[in-house]
Amino acid sequence: MSQVSDVAVSDAEWARPPVRGTSLLRRSLRLWRTRIGVVLVGLIVLLAIVGPYVAPYGPSTPVGVPNSVPGGKAVLGTDYLGQDVLSRVLYGGRSILVMAVIATALGLVVGVLIGLVAAYSRNAVDDVLMRGMDVIMALPQIMLALVAVAIVGPHAWVIVVAIALTTAPRIARVARGAAQPIVERDFIAASEAMGVPRWRILLAELLPNTLGPLMVEASLRLTYSIGIIAALAFLGLSPNPNGANWGTMIQQNEIVLTVQPWGAAAPIIAIALLTMGTGLIGDGIARTAAGIDRTRGDA
Amino acid sequence: MRRIASAGVSGFIARRLLLGVLVLFLVSVVVFAATQALPGDPALAILGRSATPQSLAALRRQLHLDQPVLSQYWNWIAGLLHGNLGKSLAAQEPVTTLLGPKLVNSGVLVLISAVVSIPLSIAIGSWAALKREKIFDQTSSGLLLVLAALPEFVVAVVLVILFATTVFRGFLPAISSIPPGSRPWNNWVALVLPTITLVIAVAPYVARIMRASMSEVLESDYVEMARLKGLPERTVLVRHALPNALGPVFQVISLNLAYLAGGIIVVEYVFNYAGIGSAIQEAVINHDLPVVQALAMLIAAVYVVLNLLADVATILVTPRLRTRL
Repeated sequence: MSQVSDVAVSDAEWARPPVRGTSLLRRSLRLWRTRIGVVLVGLIVLLAIVGPYVAPYGPSTPVGVPNSVPGGKAVLGTDYLGQDVLSRVLYGGRSILVMAVIATALGLVVGVLIGLVAAYSRNAVDDVLMRGMDVIMALPQIMLALVAVAIVGPHAWVIVVAIALTTAPRIARVARGAAQPIVERDFIAASEAMGVPRWRILLAELLPNTLGPLMVEASLRLTYSIGIIAALAFLGLSPNPNGANWGTMIQQNEIVLTVQPWGAAAPIIAIALLTMGTGLIGDGIARTAAGIDRTRGDA
Repeated sequence: MRRIASAGVSGFIARRLLLGVLVLFLVSVVVFAATQALPGDPALAILGRSATPQSLAALRRQLHLDQPVLSQYWNWIAGLLHGNLGKSLAAQEPVTTLLGPKLVNSGVLVLISAVVSIPLSIAIGSWAALKREKIFDQTSSGLLLVLAALPEFVVAVVLVILFATTVFRGFLPAISSIPPGSRPWNNWVALVLPTITLVIAVAPYVARIMRASMSEVLESDYVEMARLKGLPERTVLVRHALPNALGPVFQVISLNLAYLAGGIIVVEYVFNYAGIGSAIQEAVINHDLPVVQALAMLIAAVYVVLNLLADVATILVTPRLRTRL
């Protein structure tokens, strides 16, 4: 981006009120892809919340011979231990969803603070913070999560902290990028001249003006957090190795796919619908906050 | 003029190289701190509750845990630079011997995936940009959006269900194990499903950026100019539009290739493919710290090198950037 176009953009935006988060969400709902996404995510969240109350059996209750096909007592058949697949699917979403949401939210808060402070500092603090972020980003998220789990053990908090810690630099980069042109604008200088404390300028002036790109990135990050937490369980690293968890279910029943595909297929459909939903919502917001293009932005 | 430009480019490369070394150094500190210098006893973590005082003492000696932290780090990093990555705790053989063949297997898998996915995604993205808002563009962008959201292991298991176990049973192997001593290219059928999985993991992002970049270029004045000069459309696209549209794409390609280094962990595990990805999973389950450390450094190095290559490639295809070095 050249200097000239930066100036042009900020001049044009000067007259326009900043895009606020709520109105952006509301306007993005005019797009069909956002609506479909909201329906998908709503469906899976509902399933995860209500599921345990409506499940026909307990998550570990043996209901028949192992690997029996759908029919009779078990609507989706039984898994490799003879447990009811449907019941385990109804129980197995909660932990993934809760962990993914907490981890993403934590990473969002930390990342936004780091990114905004870096952009607003306009000095060496910026370089130090962002090089620090580069170091974390040099390792794939799942690799760092694996190392953390290898050292401390597969506790829920370890997984959440590892995902949050690896989400933060990716958010920070977006927050800094979005805040940099804002920092140079006149209203920031005006607030400084009026003696508004710097932390207030950061939260009340900078933050609201970066919400558009941040919301796009946050939804993308949530999609990845869900994928990584499910993948860790799939690799055999979940807080409760025998508990009902979609990732664990796929791992346990993958070997018997030829006999009883539903044990793995049902949780796969659940995860796929969920991440497709968050992906569609993110794309809807991105299109609404036009001019922002989504990239993976990590490695 | 030409000499100034090339001096600028090599100076830029040198600076980026230094920055890369700095990042790698910091990564090594982080990896070391996380694996070895963490509060708590790594030896106890490795051996678990069944540890005896004798076995703990022996393992501490093997991991040099009885020495001060700084000299532990020094020993480790010096060994790393001399290609001595220590000894695997699980296999009781040097990490280099253990990982060598797996590195080849993973390298082949990633290379094939890159060779398939990069031209494919560039073609899809360009074609979508040419036919903007027409049927191909709309279906491909919808499809890519959905595929991009799926975690790799979900894609992998779906492919297994479709082509190996259930829908088209036995069409392709569900397990892609490469027997020890055998090479992946002697066993190319085994590579098909893992490759498709990795291509699906990468192509949507590259195609999307290619479409955005190509759309911008097609609306530019110089493409308009080339068309008005009466150049054939083919020449306009291949000579004028494509090279300019590729600039931003290199960054995304390198990010995604680096991403593959993480993606192969899960994909190799699904297909039981003997590469560094499944080696990481095994090492983590077995608490095999020297292997975890070596692989973490290796993957970070891949990331740094790919980033460097992407920066250089971007500079080389975008002449106007060279003047601002």
